[in-house]
Amino acid sequence: MGSPHPFLVSALLAFLAGAVSGLVTWRRPAAARVVAFAFAVLGSLLLLVAAFRALAHPSSAISSLPLVTLFPCTVRLDPLSAWFTLTLALLALAVSVYSFGYLRPMERTRNLGALGFFYNALLLGLALVFTAANAFFFLSAWEVMAVSAFCLVVFEHEKAETRSAAIVYIIMSHAGTVMMLAAFLLLAASAGSVDFAAFHLLASKLPPAEQGAVFLLFFAGFGVKAGIVPLHVWLPDAHPVAPSNVSALMSGIVIKCGIYGMARVFFDFFGPPPLWTGTLVLAVGVVTALVGVLYALQEHDLKRLLAYHSIENIGIIVMGFGAALMFRALGHPNLAAIAIVGALYHTLNHAIFKGLLFLAAGSVVQSVRTRNMEEMGGLVRRMPGTALFFLIGAIAISGLPPLNGFVSEWLTYQALLAGFGTTHSLTRLMFPIAGALLALTAALAAACFVKAFGIPFLALPRSEAAATAQEAEPAMRYAMALLAAACFVLGLGATWILPVFDSITQQALGVPISSSLLAHGIALQAGTPQSGTVSPAGIALVFLALAGTAVYLVNRRLRHARVATGPAWDCGLPGLTSDNEYTATAFSKPLRLIFSAFYRPRREIRPEYEVSPYYPSVIRFESGIEATFEKRLYDPLKDWVFGLSRRMRAIQAGSIHAYLAYIFVTLILLLLFGVRQ
Amino acid sequence: MIAVFFTAVVQLLLLLTVAPLVSGLIKTLKARLQVRRGPGILQPYHDLHKLFRKGMVLPDTASWIFTATPYVVFSATAIAGLMIPMISAKAPLGLFGGVLAVVYLLGLGRFFLALAGLDTGSSFGGLGSSREMTIAALAEPAMMLAVFTVAIGANSTSLSEIAKVATSTTWHFLAPAQMLAFAALFLVLIAETGRIPVDNPATHLELTMIHEAMILEYSGPYLGLLEWGASIKQLLLMTLLINAFLPFGLHSKWSLGGLLISLVYLLLKLLVLAASIVLVETTNAKMRFFRVPDLLAMAFTLAALGLVSTFLF
Repeated sequence: MGSPHPFLVSALLAFLAGAVSGLVTWRRPAAARVVAFAFAVLGSLLLLVAAFRALAHPSSAISSLPLVTLFPCTVRLDPLSAWFTLTLALLALAVSVYSFGYLRPMERTRNLGALGFFYNALLLGLALVFTAANAFFFLSAWEVMAVSAFCLVVFEHEKAETRSAAIVYIIMSHAGTVMMLAAFLLLAASAGSVDFAAFHLLASKLPPAEQGAVFLLFFAGFGVKAGIVPLHVWLPDAHPVAPSNVSALMSGIVIKCGIYGMARVFFDFFGPPPLWTGTLVLAVGVVTALVGVLYALQEHDLKRLLAYHSIENIGIIVMGFGAALMFRALGHPNLAAIAIVGALYHTLNHAIFKGLLFLAAGSVVQSVRTRNMEEMGGLVRRMPGTALFFLIGAIAISGLPPLNGFVSEWLTYQALLAGFGTTHSLTRLMFPIAGALLALTAALAAACFVKAFGIPFLALPRSEAAATAQEAEPAMRYAMALLAAACFVLGLGATWILPVFDSITQQALGVPISSSLLAHGIALQAGTPQSGTVSPAGIALVFLALAGTAVYLVNRRLRHARVATGPAWDCGLPGLTSDNEYTATAFSKPLRLIFSAFYRPRREIRPEYEVSPYYPSVIRFESGIEATFEKRLYDPLKDWVFGLSRRMRAIQAGSIHAYLAYIFVTLILLLLFGVRQ
Repeated sequence: MIAVFFTAVVQLLLLLTVAPLVSGLIKTLKARLQVRRGPGILQPYHDLHKLFRKGMVLPDTASWIFTATPYVVFSATAIAGLMIPMISAKAPLGLFGGVLAVVYLLGLGRFFLALAGLDTGSSFGGLGSSREMTIAALAEPAMMLAVFTVAIGANSTSLSEIAKVATSTTWHFLAPAQMLAFAALFLVLIAETGRIPVDNPATHLELTMIHEAMILEYSGPYLGLLEWGASIKQLLLMTLLINAFLPFGLHSKWSLGGLLISLVYLLLKLLVLAASIVLVETTNAKMRFFRVPDLLAMAFTLAALGLVSTFLF
């Protein structure tokens, strides 16, 4: 195969054409739905080919390619970029196909031309963020991505909830960009260039204080986008209010821009970093994963629940990065490579299963017209396809074998476990503790997805809308089937996919990794054959054999036996209704009580009575948990900012003389500064 | 390849046949300790035989999840059973997964079981699912930390490797890290197999049951598969505990004589472990559900102490 560049450029042009077609069909929603999203599908396919080519021939794509000669708009598909481009292309393909069906009911009510424009602009921005070869172009692409994501989030702007979520998002996103900008300026000042190639290993050559500043600025700046705790507060508000196809992109790939940035900085700009950086990143990863899953457990809005799980999975990815940084600092590039592979594989896997879950949730929300799980139920009968796809996504995200989530979590566990032997200081205790907390996270995620699948899809419908729900359109189901199949391929075929990482780890750490990750061709191993192996494909094969035998034997028995259906046990009351069912609130109640120190749950029971308090006519019940981060961190910050700006009002007198004086003083100061230089 | 297939079949048959025996053993021992006659030691075989001969009633609210669950639980547990060293230090399917895969395969079974509990629409099912997932979530970190302590000692998550290292070092199990990890895993074993003081396997009193609540609507062959799966899981966890910590008598090669000796040792050790479970069950009352986290936190602390103790010894 040849160079990936022609395909990359055509993909970018296809997204550009899609955006333009959105403008052209501004007032013709039916045309916009078909044309704009057809361009998105085309662009995704081309991008997929480009990513495959770049990964197959890493050397052909390292050189950067100027897009426009006037500005330094250069792109580069090095292995790390290609991996994220692949993730983007796969998800964008499925989501764009899904959009054909999903947007059909919106044709009458919505400006789909605008949606098509911003959607393609977002894909264009994402593709450029992952491939930009210099800081200037990267930041420009970043803004295209951030602003078009904002416009997509605010698409259903008539709801106040949507507007406030979008504004919080754009403010926090820009706060992050400022930090990135500062860090890039520090690097550029030292390199004398804004080229990423010039930044390679540069950060480690800076003086320690500056090194720390660059690291922290980048970590926080990209952390806002990725949604690490405590910078995550915008995420669970912004992701659910967007149309569901956009939610899938937001949770699947937009937050991965932060992950891409971290990977670029940690493993390209930095050489072996100081140990504290890894310790910090690992700790933040653990906290992020736990906080994300704990909030998800108490969430009964299906899409918000999924958004909180994005925070959890970002935490798992960041844990991998943290471990890799620590291994680099301690001089174990091979272990660092395993940790990076785990983190990057989880990045792709999370994009796939979270995309799948959001698309399935979107089908449900469109059909039932609510995001509240307590008003769903029994959908497995009305929407069998959607239910099956959601279940596959739920198994994958819970990290259960043999699907893809299991593989990347397994790699992360192995990296953490091996970490214990790398040092003799107390730091080594961090690794198994982080591993145990990862186990807690994964188990809580499984509990949460029992709820997220069980309450909406199983048992009896809890509302009229749920009882009459309609299955999703074929285009939507094809898209979900594509992602569900990818969950299987990435899980069962992990041994065939992992050699791709050779070029990435070679680039980042100078060690190819696949030879130490593959055992006997069919199993994964962690470094050496003795250190532990796993084979999802083998597990699946034996599982099929055992389950097949069991099904055959039991059914042979049952042929001669009586199989009847009857009502489920309802405590002897006549007829089981949906009122008897366990609710999502009840399901998560034990964990709410056990972790009450974290949740600070509040509950209020107010009986209203007319005659005597013993005979209440109405009982009002309210329960909720405290939004700790908003209340204890962001509210004081907001008050401080408002207080400061109130005090600043004193100098904004409105007098033109005062403003002229300000300009004069500024000029003098600048001149003095210039002379001193 | 053929050897692997052969050893897998042998171990599978062993799992299927010994698992009900251990359940029966625990029931009989418990009855004797409580000065009852109790059912015979072979009662679980009779129960399974009866269940597989019967017809069944499916709840009309249930979907295909309800039907699929018994097969998933049974198969996932059986595969996990093939990944642990039982009568030889080399587990038949050791290549396909180590201790992490075992934990996660059990998790897969639990995931479906909890879904099946919700699927019936009855309050009990949901109640059981909610409690089961809560306890499992709290048991998991303790279990992993204890397992890590062992895995770090052997520098491997492969159970065959762990057993091999354990057999090669004499009196290894007296190291404080090992003993603390053993204690932690014993507590997890109690929680995971639904024993008193966490759950009562003998009860059908609505408010106290966990595992029984989830499978309340099952009957006939499906119930048989689930019961069988539950006893395999119990045997699996007990064997894991035995062979990771007290592996003496475990042969590392698959030879007939060695296997027979290993089998005798295994059965003896299972007897002792079953007796200690019975002792715990008889001398303790069932805990209030919200006291269980304390027990599991204790297991976590023990495992963490085990890790810290590697600095001291």
